Amino acid sequence: MTDALVLAEGLRKDFGPPRRRVRVLDGVDLALHRGEVLALLGPNGAGKTTTVRILTTLLRPDGGRATVAGHDVVRDAARVRPLISLTGQQVALDLKQSVRENLTMMGRLAHLPRRAVRGRVDELLAAFDLAGVADRRAATCSGGTRRRLDLAAGLLTRPQVLFLDEPTTGLDPRSRQAVWEVVRDVVAAGTSLFLTTQYLEEADRLADRVALVDGGRVAAEGTPAALKRQVGEASVELDLATAADADRVRGALGLPAAEGARVLAPTDGSLAHARAVLDAAAATGVVPTAWTVRQPTLDDAFLALTGHRTGAAGRPAGQSAGQSADLTAKEVAA
Amino acid sequence: MTALAPSPASPPTSRAGVRANAPASALGRAGDALADVVTMSGRALRLARRDLDSVITAAVLPVAILLLFTYVFGGAMDVGGAYVTYATPGIILLCAGFGAASTAMAVEHDMSGGMVDRLRSMPMAPWTMLTGHVAASLVKNLLTTAIVFGVAVAIGFRPDASLLDWLGAVGLLLLFVHAISWSAAFVGVLVRSPDAANGFTFFVMFLPYVSSAFVPVDTMPTWLRGFAEHQPVTPVIEAVRSLLVGAAPGTDVGATALLAVAWCVGLALVFAVAAAWGFRRRR
Repeated sequence: MTDALVLAEGLRKDFGPPRRRVRVLDGVDLALHRGEVLALLGPNGAGKTTTVRILTTLLRPDGGRATVAGHDVVRDAARVRPLISLTGQQVALDLKQSVRENLTMMGRLAHLPRRAVRGRVDELLAAFDLAGVADRRAATCSGGTRRRLDLAAGLLTRPQVLFLDEPTTGLDPRSRQAVWEVVRDVVAAGTSLFLTTQYLEEADRLADRVALVDGGRVAAEGTPAALKRQVGEASVELDLATAADADRVRGALGLPAAEGARVLAPTDGSLAHARAVLDAAAATGVVPTAWTVRQPTLDDAFLALTGHRTGAAGRPAGQSAGQSADLTAKEVAA
Repeated sequence: MTALAPSPASPPTSRAGVRANAPASALGRAGDALADVVTMSGRALRLARRDLDSVITAAVLPVAILLLFTYVFGGAMDVGGAYVTYATPGIILLCAGFGAASTAMAVEHDMSGGMVDRLRSMPMAPWTMLTGHVAASLVKNLLTTAIVFGVAVAIGFRPDASLLDWLGAVGLLLLFVHAISWSAAFVGVLVRSPDAANGFTFFVMFLPYVSSAFVPVDTMPTWLRGFAEHQPVTPVIEAVRSLLVGAAPGTDVGATALLAVAWCVGLALVFAVAAAWGFRRRR
């Protein structure tokens, strides 16, 4: 882990008045390597934004330490800032300035040579598909366009690490796709990305590694595929017209008896095995109304590893991640 | 796609001739900070120009108030001369207060939006955002002052001042605007809603009313006179009036002007430090 570009060790942060302190971060350990995309996935209140604010020098941790390219985010904040860029949840734009004016201002504040600003702005307008709206005020742009502009505004400095705090929250599916596309371009060009999201799909699409955060801790970490494997296997899912039909199919597949008209047949996910299952089901002569091969989702992983779905609020402070894991085991068994 | 690539190991050089984003010398840092203040002032002015509310506050409201005082209240006032000549300096100060309230709201807007986080995470001095608002406020008020003086002359304001007197008067007004703008910046950093920032208007309107701006203080009850005579607006008004239309009998112009300058510099210092403190503290 010594080559980590961003490293967090045991980050702790409490908020609130002295008598009613709420622990928001309870020992967060993270590492982002060069060229990598790490997604912090968790529900509202899990501590994602607080983590990002500490790593981007906006907030001091109460405990633990964090570095960017070896520079401490508290003591060496001035060395960290040239290396990073933050695009937060709140759009950091002037709605009464045009798209180009917003970018030009950021270019000046990034202390680019005066003559270089214009060229750099043009480059970003082209790369983010903003050239057509360059002279429109940000206020008149759609939410998705504003998000792309906000991302572009963070890139005038050519940061080594880009921090995106919930980049697509509140966007419609098409705008979300557009944001993902430009984010992928940025990553492909060599920028490392630290992403927070409450959308499993987003983490799945963009991230090399996912850290599930819950109640101020990292509950699990790994590639999206590994996390999904951790919670179980794929299954062939068949919906039959009646429970009797379902029983016949279960019998043919050698599955234990079960209630209902839906049959879940475990599979290793390989083509050959899925086909064998489907052939056996088809041989019974009953026709399913619908069927699918269902892969475990990150949502399943989240539920299994933290004890609740991503939509639920975070645990109250003081309850440990360990308790949550016990709960998980029971729920999974049930 | 090279447009999106991170900076190479040795980034291009900046104005200061050192590594971009991180000037090593104190001189380079000061140069960058100055450039940031220029950028942020230009931005604040542009935003103000595009905000209808702020344009009305800067250009329309002052004229309306001038006409109101001259033609509605003026007839009933006995100040020993044309009321417009007596009241014009006070109206300029009153309008500086209104302008300051829009500055407070602009600062509040920046502090509660995403802008302040982005600036703080950048290799720049984020306080230049506040300085930008204060500088923009000065420019805005200079414009307001010119408009009010222009209209005032058109409706009978007859100053008796040399060029030097004019420069002194405008300089003093700007010093006052500077002080009140820093207090607005402090309020903007402190409050948590646009409404609260707007509430600042009440405070800054109160000061010119309870001063010699619109009525001689000796017409006020004794208990109020004590306050009116010893608050910052009165010496500023008296000094500006002395410079433009001649001193009231028994006024020591030099001493009044000195007191006015002391008030303005002192208040600006206190509020600038307070604003910087609030800015750092607010997370």
